[in-house]
Amino acid sequence: MTWQNVVQALALVLLLVVTVPPLGRYIAAVYGSRDDGTAPGDRVFGPLERSIHRLCRIDDRREQRWNVYAISMLAFSLVSLLGLYALLRLQGSLPFNPTDRDGVGPTGAFNTAVSFVTNTNWQWYSGEVALSHLSQMLGLAVQNFASAGVGFAVIIAIIRGITRTTHRSRTLGNFWVDLVRGTVRILLPLSFLFALVIASQGVVQNLSGHTSATLVDAAAAESVGSATQAIPGGPVASQVAIKQLGTNGGGFYNANSAHPLENPNPITNLLENWAILVIPFALVVAFGILVRDRRQSRLLAAVMALFLVCVTAFSMFAESNGNPELTARGVDQSISTTQSGGNLEGKEVRFGTSACTLWAGSTTGTSNGSVNCMHDSFTPLGGLGPMFQMMLGEVSPGGIGVGLMGLLVNALLAVFIAGLMVGRTPEYLGRKIQAAEMKLLTLYILAMPAALLGFAAASMTLDSAATYQPGPHGLSEVLYNFASAANNNGSAFAYQGTGTQWYTVTQGIAMLIGRFFLIIPALAIAGSLAGRPKVPSTSGTLPTHTPLFGALVTGVVIVVAGLTFFPALALGPILEHLSL
Amino acid sequence: MSTTTTLEPDPPAGGAQRAPKVRTKPSASRSIFDPTIVTSALLDSVRKLDPRTMARNPVMFIVEVGAVLTTVLFLRDVGDAETQENVFSALVAGFLWFTVLFANFAEAMAEGRGKAQAATLKATRADTMARLIQPDGTIVMRSSSELAIGDRCDVVAGEVIPGDGDIVEGIATVDESAITGESAPVIRESGGDRSAVTGGTRVLSDRIVVQISAKPGETFLDRMIALVEGADRQKTPNEIALSILLAGLTIVFLLAVVTLQPFAIYSGAEQPIIVLVALLVCLIPTTIGGLLSAIGIAGMDRLVQRNVLAMSGRAVEAAGDVTTLLLDKTGTITFGSRQAAEFIPVHDTTEVEVAEGALVSSLADETPEGRSIVDLATSAHGLVPADPTGAELVPFTAQTRMSGMDLPDGRRVRKGAADSVRRFVTQQGGTVPLELLPIVDGVSKEGATPLVVIDQQPGGVWRVLGVIRLKDTVKPGMRERFDELRAMGIRTVMITGDNPLTAAAIAAEAGVDDFLAEATPEDKMALITREQAGGNLVAMTGDGTNDAPALAQADVGVAMNTGTQAAKEAGNMVDLDSNPTKLIEIVEVGKQLLMTRGSLTTFSIANDVAKYFAIIPAMFSGVLPALDRLNVMDLHSPRTAILSAVIFNAFVIIGLVPLALKGVKFRAEAASAVLRRNLLVYGLGGVLVPFVGIKLIDVVVAALGVN
Repeated sequence: MTWQNVVQALALVLLLVVTVPPLGRYIAAVYGSRDDGTAPGDRVFGPLERSIHRLCRIDDRREQRWNVYAISMLAFSLVSLLGLYALLRLQGSLPFNPTDRDGVGPTGAFNTAVSFVTNTNWQWYSGEVALSHLSQMLGLAVQNFASAGVGFAVIIAIIRGITRTTHRSRTLGNFWVDLVRGTVRILLPLSFLFALVIASQGVVQNLSGHTSATLVDAAAAESVGSATQAIPGGPVASQVAIKQLGTNGGGFYNANSAHPLENPNPITNLLENWAILVIPFALVVAFGILVRDRRQSRLLAAVMALFLVCVTAFSMFAESNGNPELTARGVDQSISTTQSGGNLEGKEVRFGTSACTLWAGSTTGTSNGSVNCMHDSFTPLGGLGPMFQMMLGEVSPGGIGVGLMGLLVNALLAVFIAGLMVGRTPEYLGRKIQAAEMKLLTLYILAMPAALLGFAAASMTLDSAATYQPGPHGLSEVLYNFASAANNNGSAFAYQGTGTQWYTVTQGIAMLIGRFFLIIPALAIAGSLAGRPKVPSTSGTLPTHTPLFGALVTGVVIVVAGLTFFPALALGPILEHLSL
Repeated sequence: MSTTTTLEPDPPAGGAQRAPKVRTKPSASRSIFDPTIVTSALLDSVRKLDPRTMARNPVMFIVEVGAVLTTVLFLRDVGDAETQENVFSALVAGFLWFTVLFANFAEAMAEGRGKAQAATLKATRADTMARLIQPDGTIVMRSSSELAIGDRCDVVAGEVIPGDGDIVEGIATVDESAITGESAPVIRESGGDRSAVTGGTRVLSDRIVVQISAKPGETFLDRMIALVEGADRQKTPNEIALSILLAGLTIVFLLAVVTLQPFAIYSGAEQPIIVLVALLVCLIPTTIGGLLSAIGIAGMDRLVQRNVLAMSGRAVEAAGDVTTLLLDKTGTITFGSRQAAEFIPVHDTTEVEVAEGALVSSLADETPEGRSIVDLATSAHGLVPADPTGAELVPFTAQTRMSGMDLPDGRRVRKGAADSVRRFVTQQGGTVPLELLPIVDGVSKEGATPLVVIDQQPGGVWRVLGVIRLKDTVKPGMRERFDELRAMGIRTVMITGDNPLTAAAIAAEAGVDDFLAEATPEDKMALITREQAGGNLVAMTGDGTNDAPALAQADVGVAMNTGTQAAKEAGNMVDLDSNPTKLIEIVEVGKQLLMTRGSLTTFSIANDVAKYFAIIPAMFSGVLPALDRLNVMDLHSPRTAILSAVIFNAFVIIGLVPLALKGVKFRAEAASAVLRRNLLVYGLGGVLVPFVGIKLIDVVVAALGVN
């Protein structure tokens, strides 16, 4: 680790510390923390929301029980999925297609539609080569907003389940109202502002096709066999803004955030990295306000930050040490003012190992999945960090809504074990955890490893799904890709093989499992807790805001993931590292 | 409530106070590893291998399937494989069988003590001949198993009571030792709160007529036998929740192991099935899975050892969750035998007059208070009890809250609670002296109970003679008990029929958190529903018929065995010792039950870390030597490593049987302190112990020549 590492990380932390609490308070206020029933932006956004409600015939006074809430969420996702699928298939014959892209193939379109609807944003294709501007704007960008909006709705419903004690008819709110509210009052204004800021720094925003430029470097012109270069343009800044803020991560360009037109300079790099983390952390602050116990959110945020910092530091350490094979051959890989240093394979020299690993930690901690360097080229340990962070279940701090949801489920599990250990029926925030909740919790815990290990193992047995690299690194690639899909992350150990029918279909299914087989049990838990009388807190109650409990939650997350994935990891990145 | 006291076999004479009989040690002094229990448990553990029995426990069922599979594979390959390979396969298969047997043994051990006790009880249940009273008054002999509800039976000294019922006629001393283990006889009489008798107990003196209230086969004794046997043991809510989690973890590990084979094949290191089965069995939570039912049975058994019969495991678990404890003041917090300490006259009477009135009003009062008044009047004031012939006893009722005597000469004497006496005197046209109130208040403030004595001469008006100061003593050690409960987050509420002043004084002396004074059964009920509405779980004891609704409403209702049939039916536990202080022990047993489950679950899962470090390098280091660096324990060879993990996994179950049966050590502390200690012991300990254990076993196994 070098001082560059530390300074970049500190700058990011400082930005977050300043912005997260006010944004958290804003989100809480949007979702009803004020006692007088008002919410910020009533005058500006209120009329817009009301007209959307009227247009879509949403009765904003009607509340839904958990099952209706879940069905609404599923219906919305299904319609989104079908719509996006149709758009991708038909893009060749639709307008706003200046670069004349053909329709996407059936399994590829399925994969992409699922990917954007589930907030995964896995991309098996190159955006600038495969998609029209219409697909990007009406398809992907809209789903970037919608899938993040669903995340808001889900977590708010869960918080209502935990906080409502004697609410009539045990409802969790109205999915449509929550969806519209989060999108209109949080995502749209934030993205708009953020797009302006990054556009001012040079991120492209236009509706043109290719811009032709004459190459000035004769050697380069000779190597590509052409004196001109076609530079693809498009509505990039607007897309990048929501891609980062909405924990989406799907890039406009194939090179994602390593592309100079998406992420031109260190300032945009820092800001975009901030944008990845800010809403997931702010949601934790909002949680504390809404459950009227800010100590809870401080604890959860600390646990999330602990994972994030440890994994990032671990990768940073591995990457800044460089490649041991090169070190053995006497190559100077030190980081200095004259060279970026460290393991630079697959990294932008302008970012270096520190900005890359910082980003890698953030993007895999949040289920964002955008990359500013190629994780496949990390050292085995450097790559293990991001992979393991996804395997933890995307809780550090995870995707919008679903990250906090995941940590809350882990907290419930910790509460269950701890509650038994102190001799009382386990309870969280005064709600007893009993057999019904444990059933749902077990379903939740099973879904992701089943999808990840099941499909990864199946892939290893198929010749058609042969890995890109031989040896343990090949296994790491497959594990990483399904870890990414099953956790709705979307980042890739980049390699070419994922456009096959096998991978597009299986990863699509893994993404669906990772999204809905987690959200539905979690909503059901909230539904079952809703309206349950609150157990008064006594000294016999296990406090859930203490460092001791934080350690327990951390332990539960690590132990559950560690025990599940250790054998597979041992044959992948661990073996690769030990073989160096 | 102030006049109901626990029936003590030999009431102390002269008001001498005795230490309360609080059992701290289980009454049955059978050790956990009684040889007869161990022998039958060994047989039972083999009998329990029946897959239909095993299927009820998914974790251990998987182990049994694994044991069958490895045995079959061993037998299939025994001819072709080299000796070391055969030794390895045989040992793995053998220890998987032992793992199952050890878990079965734990359960059988837990059941053993209950079975032994049930055998004794069954002997008591033996069919007896009852003398059934026909409607016309004639008596016919009828087998006790043919009695119907409502039948009346005549039972005389020396006979066994044929079935559960209420005494409708007579009074008798009864030997209930068959059920309670208490050899001293108890008095049972018709009417009131002491009328219930239990089938199988023996009448020692006199003659009673019992009206049968339970069908043969559904009697208290039958239920008790079923309970201690664990015949119809149902899983408790927390146990179900934990079983679900354990099943979920088992599936996760099954997934991890099944998917490992394709990864291994890809890596060029395909694994033998035996090794994969060994890995799976080591990973799934066999420790807690194997001990779970034993913990539950042992928890119930611990209550039985304390002479408490819980009608359901659910109630035992609820006891651990109790946040509000309602304790009757009399007999629980205080000795209950309040002793007369002083006679206080009002301005126009003398102390002797008060003593004389008190004596007369208490002559027929057989309660300890009544006897202490007689004692004080005779010893301190030299009065001689008058001949009560011709006098009419006026018993205490909940309505008048007074008792006394009407003498043959027309004089009437009463004593009773201050407020009811005052109301009575005023209603009857008498006057209440002004200084009575300060005297009564003064007595109350000291924590003593004032009884006001009044009399009425023939033709005269009621006159207040003075006040008897009854002093009740708080049992020693109660304050410490309540402090402990408070640390555990349990609030104690003292229930008393005393006036608020008396109640406050005693509450302060005993150190309870709150009190309910002048409590009527309705007040008690209201208090319970109020506490429950606030999310509290309430535990209480009771014995009277008027306690029945509250006992039923409370989450944990402990009926005294001396109580009425109605009270016993309403509560979800019966205390055979009829010791209300037992409630505190019941709470501890409930907590201990959950703590044991939680701690062993943590231990079981924490163990997996070391097992991975033993087995994963062993599986792969042959083909992928780099992974041998994960062999941090430096185990002898891949085979000894896997074997050591399997053996450790089996022996840890046997090693933890005593803990499962005795329960995790209970200390009255705040939740966070308990968690910190248990996490340290069972979490951190659970990570470290297997590293040491597996290494030691590996050394032994290697020394024995396994390679």
